[in-house]
Amino acid sequence: MSTDIKNKIKIQAENVNFYYGKHHAIKNLNINIYDNKVTAFIGPSGCGKSTFLRMLNKMNDLVPNTRAEGSLIFEGQNILEKKIDVVSIRKKVGMVFQKPNPFPKSIYQNIAYGLEVNGIKDKNFIREKVEDSLKKAALWNEVKERLHTSALMLSGGQQQRLCIARCLAVEPHVILFDEPCASLDPISTAKVEELILELKKYYTIVIVTHNMQQAARVSDYTAFMYLGELIECDKTEVIFTIPKEEKTEQYLSGKFG
Amino acid sequence: MYNGKEKFIKLIFTVLAFSSLLFLLGIIVVLFKESFPILKNIKIFDFIFGIHWYPTHEPPEYGILPLITASFWVTLGAMIVCIPLGIGSALYINELASPRQKQILKPTIEILAGIPSIVFGFFGMLIVAPFLQNLFNIPTGLCAFTASLVLGIMAIPTVTSLAEDALSFVPKSFKEASYALGANRWQTLVKVIIPASMSGISTSIILGMSRIVGETMTVLMVSGGSAIIPKSIFDPVRPMTSTIAAEMGESAVGSEHYHALFAIGLILFLITLIFNVIAEHISKKHRVKLGLNR
Repeated sequence: MSTDIKNKIKIQAENVNFYYGKHHAIKNLNINIYDNKVTAFIGPSGCGKSTFLRMLNKMNDLVPNTRAEGSLIFEGQNILEKKIDVVSIRKKVGMVFQKPNPFPKSIYQNIAYGLEVNGIKDKNFIREKVEDSLKKAALWNEVKERLHTSALMLSGGQQQRLCIARCLAVEPHVILFDEPCASLDPISTAKVEELILELKKYYTIVIVTHNMQQAARVSDYTAFMYLGELIECDKTEVIFTIPKEEKTEQYLSGKFG
Repeated sequence: MYNGKEKFIKLIFTVLAFSSLLFLLGIIVVLFKESFPILKNIKIFDFIFGIHWYPTHEPPEYGILPLITASFWVTLGAMIVCIPLGIGSALYINELASPRQKQILKPTIEILAGIPSIVFGFFGMLIVAPFLQNLFNIPTGLCAFTASLVLGIMAIPTVTSLAEDALSFVPKSFKEASYALGANRWQTLVKVIIPASMSGISTSIILGMSRIVGETMTVLMVSGGSAIIPKSIFDPVRPMTSTIAAEMGESAVGSEHYHALFAIGLILFLITLIFNVIAEHISKKHRVKLGLNR
């Protein structure tokens, strides 16, 4: 793959393997993820892209009977090692899930939660941070009058932006998006995409998507995975115009999926 | 379209389904009908708040406050035993236990639920009571404290299995969201999982309580049976259920005593009914809160 000298590597995967029991879900994956860029993972269902995403913030630790091998260097630390501090990794690597999953608490508490669990007690700071995060997630104007109502009363698109705001509040370095628009309507999808483009100025973003147009619209780099292997990763415009691998070309033109 | 045979089968199942409603109505009607005659001779206030239960004296006195107090203290004591143990085991099974431990713990607790109450009764009578009598140096081990302890242990499976259900209904996505924000296990448990399942946990406690209030055989055997208002937890007591069980056989059908016992039954029924209605109400609210009704 072509590398940009001026881009800083944020996450470096070397010979990463992942197993669910006996199922070999990720096979010898090597990839660089660059700072302040959007990297999109595409590929048919079951290709391992979500599994890889969930490795980046140690979410797979919650799944019993799984095993990871290889090295996944994030900020100078191999996060696949057993003795790393999972909580601090998860704080630095935020995640927005496929289905909006606000807590059954108020809008305000949803955002304050991440700050509180990280030991912040200063009420004024929390209040400012809630406002700031909601503004960054382009949700402030819609909810400022009802911060103390239940987050479950929001529409799906608003809930997803709340989840993004919640993630921003804890100031992660990397944000993972796991098909963030899978359950949203086109207008909400457009808003979330706009937000991703805005956020990449400050964060490193990794997004898994089934929607190839979405990958083309929002990402700087695109990685194509198939059956647990990384087939190809390059600048998005290269992947979508002159992919090197035949498989990539076939997938993008809809020959399988 | 139903043909004749299907219609017949449907009818049978309809009758079966509604039969429990019929039984319930029947029980309520009998309870009310057999309770009311006592109110002809005694004011309801004197019945409930009277402090002397001397049904066989001449003239007899029918004040059930000692029985209500006994039920209250025994239930309260049992709750103090079964809430921490029951909820604690539910939390452990749901959150901390390895799959293997889960495989052992869940069936074990369910077996505990299957032990007949008479077995708990003689366990309490022959082992717990003498032990406590020696330990605390009290005149008799058959007292409110022993009854609370044994009933509390009996109610653990009810509380644990319902609370564990409530915890497992908390969507995995809440847990993931919490972990993804850098929360540790303990914070996730206390700030996300428990609040989200609070109504289910309360329901489990209320249903455990209604199990304890209504339990008869065990209390009859271990509570000591003295119908006076207890001054301490080590006094022998006679809760409502054991009063009915002990005296129904001796009272002449249609006598005042007989009707008084029915009235106690009615009060018990109303108490457990209220518990069940509250539990149902809370669990409905719970489903709405988690968005499961949408």
